[in-house]
Amino acid sequence: MTIISAGTAEGGQELLSRSELTAKELLREVGSVLRLSETEAALLAEVETEAPEDQTMIINMGPQHPSTHGVLRLMLELQGETVLRCKPIIGYLHTGMEKTGEALTYMQGGTNVTRMDYLSPLNNELVFSMAVEKLLGIDGDIPERAVWMRMLLSELNRMSSHLLFLATNGMDLGAVSMMLYGWREREDVLRFFQKVTGLRMNHNFIRPGGVAADLPAGWRDDVLAILEGLPSRLEEYDILMTGQPIWRERLQGVGVITAQEAIALGATGPILRSTGVAWDLRRDMPYLHYDQLEFDVIVGQYGDAYDRYSIRFNEIRESMRIVYQILDCMPSGDFRIQNKKVTPPPRARIDESMEALIHHFKIFTEGFKVPEGEVYVAIESPRGEIGCYIVSDGSSNPYRMHVRAPSFVNIQTMPHMMRGGLVADAVAVISSVDPVLGEVDR
Amino acid sequence: MSDAADTVENAVETQYGCPAQDSHGQRVLYASRDQYVSVIKALADEGYEMCVDLTGVDYLAMPHRTIGFGVQPERFEVVVNLLSLSQRKRIRLRVQVPADDATLPTLFDVHPGTEAHERETFDMFGIVFTGHPDMTRILMPEDWDGHPLRKDYSQGSIPVQFKGAHS
Repeated sequence: MTIISAGTAEGGQELLSRSELTAKELLREVGSVLRLSETEAALLAEVETEAPEDQTMIINMGPQHPSTHGVLRLMLELQGETVLRCKPIIGYLHTGMEKTGEALTYMQGGTNVTRMDYLSPLNNELVFSMAVEKLLGIDGDIPERAVWMRMLLSELNRMSSHLLFLATNGMDLGAVSMMLYGWREREDVLRFFQKVTGLRMNHNFIRPGGVAADLPAGWRDDVLAILEGLPSRLEEYDILMTGQPIWRERLQGVGVITAQEAIALGATGPILRSTGVAWDLRRDMPYLHYDQLEFDVIVGQYGDAYDRYSIRFNEIRESMRIVYQILDCMPSGDFRIQNKKVTPPPRARIDESMEALIHHFKIFTEGFKVPEGEVYVAIESPRGEIGCYIVSDGSSNPYRMHVRAPSFVNIQTMPHMMRGGLVADAVAVISSVDPVLGEVDR
Repeated sequence: MSDAADTVENAVETQYGCPAQDSHGQRVLYASRDQYVSVIKALADEGYEMCVDLTGVDYLAMPHRTIGFGVQPERFEVVVNLLSLSQRKRIRLRVQVPADDATLPTLFDVHPGTEAHERETFDMFGIVFTGHPDMTRILMPEDWDGHPLRKDYSQGSIPVQFKGAHS
């Protein structure tokens, strides 16, 4: 069999055939498939080395494959229908967003990070803004209304992201009607985002210092319409999928991962919670005002694809519960900090004051300066822990802006979940990890 | 370890023999390259069971920076973020990596989840993690020249490289 291998110093990224590997490398490969240490891999090695090479085949799944959620490429070693080894190959969507982030000011940075995880843009903006605010030392001075608005948008975003998960999960496993329903429900939420921020996606609405604008008139009715319409729909999906024997057969016991493995691999979000570890940053390391709200952290028990499906399903309900509480608590007041350093002057002042005009011009061209330092801030995105590490050298651009993308880390669990399973289950596994490739490759 | 011992004497506060500091309310340890893996192991035993993030910074454009605590600043820095689920705490390790010997031992045996992070840091900064099972590029094409997030790799001045295209 011919294998593509690049002759560079670093070596190729592809999965190599067994004949090209020494016994030790194969052992390591098993280790890297399991993403466990070599000593632990050695204990499992007898399972792996049994298959003779002429009975196995390495095939590519992706990068263009409808079930890979973008441009994820998986190299699978198959024996018949069984997956022996798997290696995710990423980078097809890499556009150097961290490098771009160094060229943009803190003011412009939001437009960049919001495009990373394009299914939960508001969470990306939130974590970036919180990191910048921490460096500025204004993280305690954000007006109450801005904080609650951030929470409202973040939770609605979690709902829209999980609704899209239901849609794609359904599509991947053959429940195509679910795709249409999930997309329809998500669109309701996006319409609300469009009304508030002006855009369906990539909002750049949550900015350092608060949010870009106040909520529009009638926002409460719009949110209530979403919240009131959804429960009956969710019940329909329960009938369509949760209780359906075919659905259960496809998901239960597929892609199992244990709590110990998930922690070792750094997996967060629904993957970690599906193993029974109740870890949710909103509850365990509260940010914004999540400590004032009442909600449950949904956990699974078996760590399989079905648990991950039902966790996300029920998190929609929990988010709705949170949004109801936010509606009750939403205070009036300013939606952004009144700090001349960070906030541009209001439009009306520009007409009457030369200084305001200069200030406005300077803040949008030069940006604002952020004191020297480095900070890591993490929040719970729909996919797990999204973190932002910013190093500032005292100028108006970040010296280094790194985003800890949950999908990038979660994708490492795939080889482990797929090992020993069927090719058809590989699709269920990819779907249940719910990666967003924009965030994986950044 | 003699350098580390000197560091300890000058530092205000130490933890596992490394200077420690609270920065913006976040715990930061400055481990030396020799201490690096043993400190991570000690922290893992103490309950920091998850390595959430590992990344690099190229301080080439900040040549006169000072860290204090007697830590000698180097061009590269590797930043490791650890999380304790049981104690709900975070800790960050900053390790100085010199430009003429940009290597660091891998954390793969302690935290297998750093596999992708280390590959990314290698890809973006050229820092080699010795003992890593698969030290290849992860985001850039495998025949790419240079390491994009280095500060001497300028943005936009390099023509886009295509594999196998006729020129």
